[in-house]
Amino acid sequence: MNIMDRIEQRMLSKKEHDFRVGDTVKVMVRVVEGNKEREQAFQGVVIKQSGKGVAETFTVRKVSSGVGVERVFPIHSPNIKSIQVLRRGRVRRAKLYYLRKRVGKAARIAEKHDKGE
Amino acid sequence: MMLIGRKLGMTQIFEESGKVVPVSVIEAGPCAIVQVKTKDKEGYTAIQIGFDETRESRMTKAEVGHLKKANVGPRRVLREIRVDDVSPFKVGETIDVKVFEGTKIVHVTGTSKGRGFAGTIKRHNFQRGRKTHGNKNYREPGSVGASAFPSRTFPGKRMPGRMGGVKRTTRNLTLVQIDAENNLLFIKGAIPGANNGIVFVRSDAK
Repeated sequence: MNIMDRIEQRMLSKKEHDFRVGDTVKVMVRVVEGNKEREQAFQGVVIKQSGKGVAETFTVRKVSSGVGVERVFPIHSPNIKSIQVLRRGRVRRAKLYYLRKRVGKAARIAEKHDKGE
Repeated sequence: MMLIGRKLGMTQIFEESGKVVPVSVIEAGPCAIVQVKTKDKEGYTAIQIGFDETRESRMTKAEVGHLKKANVGPRRVLREIRVDDVSPFKVGETIDVKVFEGTKIVHVTGTSKGRGFAGTIKRHNFQRGRKTHGNKNYREPGSVGASAFPSRTFPGKRMPGRMGGVKRTTRNLTLVQIDAENNLLFIKGAIPGANNGIVFVRSDAK
């Protein structure tokens, strides 16, 4: 293995995440205020995944008191404590930018149901 | 202090706070001390170090003899470092990334990427003209010397030409991390040259 790959490998977070674009997730983020440390949740729809290796990021969008809020998280950041999938979405795009123009009912995403045996 | 190294590429690392730091990774040393120059013999004090093992057939006989005298195998790159006190250095020993322990700021010298014959926009950051509205001056350099006065082009006028492939130093870079086991230096930001290029890392300003 190439040395650069080995260096990157060391930086990767050991946690495995199983979410895709369109899923509704709850991200627990470590927040440091002064010398106190706590966890903060950010809940919304994953609208984008980009990059690879250590540089991989994902974007979560939520609508907070009528204002759209998007937050980009580096997937391997030590500040990410957990990513919990609340709902699997069925989407036909890799990037859900169209959600930015939609409000209310139009911004819904259909739930994905596992194909039963 | 200086070390000779090889630029491996760029990546990013996370600080404890979760902040992302872009870093260039350099495989630096270990460099063998090939020659110690003293006040008595050469008139000034310096050490010569060698990096990048190679085959004897790749070197001239003079170089091979010079290295044999130091009992060091064939090395592709030899450089001299001026030091005030040569007493800690002995011919045949090696110096490695440990010399940078405690160092915060480094300067990196390398050969910048060659850009070939480049126009004024890439080479001198000129602005381009409009693409439309009948414009014929899209990436042209513009006027180089007006009319009756001055009737000539001033010396030093920035024009198209060869760009890159020259020695460049980036100063005052932060040394983020040292990996002594694998001889690696992690330096914040970009450094001159292409990946696998030879670079010189020094801790003192030149």
